[in-house]
Amino acid sequence: MTGTSPLMPRQRDKHPQPFWPDYKTSVTRSPSLPLLSMDSTPSEETGPPFGHSLLGPLDNNLILNYSQGKASAVGERIRVHGQILDETGRPVPNTLIEIWQANAGGRYRHVKDTYFAALDPNFGGCGRTITDEYGRYEFLTIRPGAYPWPNRANDWRPMHIHFSIFGHAFGQRLISQMYFQGDPLIDLCPIAATIRDRSQLDRLVAPLDMQNSRPHDYLAYKFDIVLRGRRQTMFENKPEGM
Amino acid sequence: MTQSLGLLIETPSQTAGPYVHIGCIPTFAGIEGVYPEDLGLSPVANGAKGDIITITGSIYDGTGWAMRDAMLESWQADASGLYPGQEGADPNVLGFCRFAADKDTGEYTLKTVKPGPVADRNGNMMAPHISIWIVARGINIGLHTRIYFEDEDNQNDPLLNRIEQRHRVETLIAKKSGDTAYRFDVRLQGDGETVFLDI
Ligand SMILES: [Fe+3]
Repeated sequence: MTGTSPLMPRQRDKHPQPFWPDYKTSVTRSPSLPLLSMDSTPSEETGPPFGHSLLGPLDNNLILNYSQGKASAVGERIRVHGQILDETGRPVPNTLIEIWQANAGGRYRHVKDTYFAALDPNFGGCGRTITDEYGRYEFLTIRPGAYPWPNRANDWRPMHIHFSIFGHAFGQRLISQMYFQGDPLIDLCPIAATIRDRSQLDRLVAPLDMQNSRPHDYLAYKFDIVLRGRRQTMFENKPEGM
Repeated sequence: MTQSLGLLIETPSQTAGPYVHIGCIPTFAGIEGVYPEDLGLSPVANGAKGDIITITGSIYDGTGWAMRDAMLESWQADASGLYPGQEGADPNVLGFCRFAADKDTGEYTLKTVKPGPVADRNGNMMAPHISIWIVARGINIGLHTRIYFEDEDNQNDPLLNRIEQRHRVETLIAKKSGDTAYRFDVRLQGDGETVFLDI
């Protein structure tokens, strides 16, 4: 993508605190000096394009993609769908979304995960898709389980799906997590608590969407995402005084 | 009352966590057969014009430990300073790469073409650089920085010139470690903390 309109500055107060002692790993992994703030340049305003030809037919179906259609993953079948917009409200079409998650028991297929919930032989835990012309996307998956993690003595992650979104500019790059409506563990989670603005945290909690559920098949959850916008002005790209 | 600006607010970030590899580089994580290969394995295809270089380094946490779980992405121009998709850009430069710290040594390697200088909006030339984005467990919002090169003329780079404490400029400059090899370490915190960008 070649657009070179400047990106709107990131509102850092709407994002998590980088340093948050209750999330112990952040203590040694957060910069202690201020970031260098600058107007974006073409290096941040451009970004890698990904085409729909990248995708296989099961890439956004985590129930079937690990077994390549041979057997279904265990768990509560859900559809996660939504729209990607930018801060000006414009849909973000043709952008790559990648997700990863634990299985229904709360176990990841990863050498570092030693939780004793069983691995599901038919669940890998990754999926990807590219938004359509209206910025819409959908995944079919199973609801991930909550899981314990080494932090304070008894910390559990609420049920969540990790999201990675590209946008059309390297400066729009975003990784976040989707939580589920009504999960009591959200309020106990030190990672969720890194977001100090409650209304911002609420935006990561996907509501149950019965109208888009399919009877006798799956429940739906709606999860919309907003990426950084671009300033729009006819004064851009003209030297000072012209 | 006034009119509403009608602007939305960016969705808040959350840490990529320890299992980012599953979603972003599943083959690296041992998950085979879902995708044909991991995304962004190389920023260049055969025939890319320019000098092929190798950059090696580690991401150190505040205790000086080379992190084993960091994932990085890079984005860069081709040898003539054009980004992929721009008119005249080298079709063999994809510009994007995704790579991870080695799980045993904590060292990453990026093999790419050395980028050319790129003009900013005001027409000032930025010295050759590669944009880098770092995520890992404990990093609540991805960290942007840049790799510059010690054997390029960095004197008039608009970003480097914005750094008030001149000794910190060094944290963004890859050091030559061989004919076509560079070393670039990132320090998240403490002595020699890398300059991270809000850009
Ligand atoms: Fe997780």
